[in-house]
Amino acid sequence: MQPDLARGDGRATPDPDHVAAEEPSGGATGGTRQVGGGGIFSSIAGAFSSNRLALVGVVVLVAIVLFCFVGPLVYRTNQTVADLALANLPPSRAHPLGTDGTGFDILGRLMLGGRSSLELGLGVAALATTVGVVWGAVAGLAGGAVDSVMMRLVDIFLAIPPLFVFVYLATVFTPTIGLLILVVSLVSWLSPARLIRGETLSLRSREYVQATRAAGGRFARIVLRHIVPNTFSAMVVNATFQVADAILILATLSFLGFGPPAPAATWGGMLSNGVNFLYDGYWWQVYPAGIAIVMTVVSFNFVGDALRDALDPRFQRR
Amino acid sequence: MLGYVVRRLLHAVLVLFGVTVITFALQSLVASGPKLAREIIGPKSTSGQIKAFEAEYGLDHPLVVQYLHFLGQLIRGNLGYSYKLNVSVDSLLREDLPKDVLLVGTALVVAVLVAIPVGVSQAVHRNKAVDYLGTGVSFVLYSMPSYWLALLLIELLAVTYHVFPAEAPQGSTLGQVLSDPRALVLPVADLALVNFALFSRYMRSAAIENLAADYIRTARSKGLSERAVRYRHLLRNSLSAVVTLVGLSLPAVLTAGLVVEYVFNFPGIGLAYYNAAVSSDYPVELGITVVVGVATVAGNLLADLGYALLDPRVRYGRQER
Repeated sequence: MQPDLARGDGRATPDPDHVAAEEPSGGATGGTRQVGGGGIFSSIAGAFSSNRLALVGVVVLVAIVLFCFVGPLVYRTNQTVADLALANLPPSRAHPLGTDGTGFDILGRLMLGGRSSLELGLGVAALATTVGVVWGAVAGLAGGAVDSVMMRLVDIFLAIPPLFVFVYLATVFTPTIGLLILVVSLVSWLSPARLIRGETLSLRSREYVQATRAAGGRFARIVLRHIVPNTFSAMVVNATFQVADAILILATLSFLGFGPPAPAATWGGMLSNGVNFLYDGYWWQVYPAGIAIVMTVVSFNFVGDALRDALDPRFQRR
Repeated sequence: MLGYVVRRLLHAVLVLFGVTVITFALQSLVASGPKLAREIIGPKSTSGQIKAFEAEYGLDHPLVVQYLHFLGQLIRGNLGYSYKLNVSVDSLLREDLPKDVLLVGTALVVAVLVAIPVGVSQAVHRNKAVDYLGTGVSFVLYSMPSYWLALLLIELLAVTYHVFPAEAPQGSTLGQVLSDPRALVLPVADLALVNFALFSRYMRSAAIENLAADYIRTARSKGLSERAVRYRHLLRNSLSAVVTLVGLSLPAVLTAGLVVEYVFNFPGIGLAYYNAAVSSDYPVELGITVVVGVATVAGNLLADLGYALLDPRVRYGRQER
């Protein structure tokens, strides 16, 4: 929910994680390299085998995906018809994590809520990254007035507080996960756009891009064949963090009551309902959903951090 | 440097203009015409009443005229009139903003004061237990929705142990809010913890970078004590990263502020925005969004200028942007 400030979005201010390993005299936008064969995948594998936190992150994420998508097939619960006779039951054999205020089984609801979180996170990462990458690459390669106009537009959107926009739109439209993917992407494409523009500025002076230009290669071809594939690592790292941020945004919106309405289930919505019973000591309505959010988001952040270590040459230890 | 400042100012004005266009367009896009009027004055209002409402708020003019009117009033400091609260948006903001400056300002100061020593000691003891602990804590805090952290704080310190009140101090003036400082502790702590996570992480990275720099080696080799190296050289040079970060983090802090204010019922602009959003009070929403946009642009501007001032290595002369 806290939008990342300078997670490599290419502004003048240093992203310390990048700067950390940059040589004191290093260039400002350097650090793109060609994707060569299996190189990228072997460096990812190397990073994960040496970084225990990242390994934990991957294991937790796999477990969460299985829990959310395979879990409901094994552990069948009723999540559509409220049964007040079953409301607010503490954990028992029949309901391992108890039930909520309307009698839904919490464990089963966690699975459903996780599903919507993951769908939103991955949807936003895919959409926002695609738009942002194309925008940044076109702006960076075109340069001049086109670049100025395109990037000022990004600056303007960045100055509008995202949560305010989400809340505003959510009061007007009935939010569904599909619609929320669009709305959250409306804000999330900005940081990849800046990031990829920075990468493109350094790529466009490379010989192979110059050569393609000299040979009369079309603009679209240069963007799609030469620029975009070479920003792959920056893209992947950024997309991982975007999943984490989108999940937090959904949790916050649902908590404020602007999430997808019932019967849809979200972790934030579960927390929001549970809060009403905070003083009654119904801990099982507050902790499982909260822990699920934190675990998922932490794991994505761990993985993103490790990917950045592996893929960003600026961050390689020398 | 002067040229850079002027260019940066012009840029900020341009961005602000864009912000007003987009927020205004967004608002008109989703709420206009008789539908808007019925939402505000009631579903059974007659066409005469709707006409009167539209005339009162100038909604009967074309959109461009409405926008120009809005912009003209904005420049004079008028932000419009609330549909619901019978106050002007600027008087609402005048009442609420000082309280937000108090909440956000205190939280930022606390976060920075804690994050600086933590980040530096993490960098100095890199890959030791202290570093891992700090990294773990900041990752968990960063990944935690701020309201969930707030709920944990309330449950622990207000419900289980009655140390601090669960609700922020109430009152319409800054003085009334300040009259109950104990009640301010939890909201400030929540906002400070969330930002601490980010700041300490940046401080750590900046300090690690500086530890590898030549001037540290020089300072050590000329026989300075490790203490002097750390406090006189390392700390000072690492501060610039955090100073700029504070400026850049303004929108994030204000966004987190909305949630914190909602959870603790703190009477600031975040809560005002929330209440406006649930009651379709569009002028209030628009006004607050524009003001937060202005704060964001100002924060970015100060961060960039502060960075240029603090770090003599940054040259903005003929830089291509």
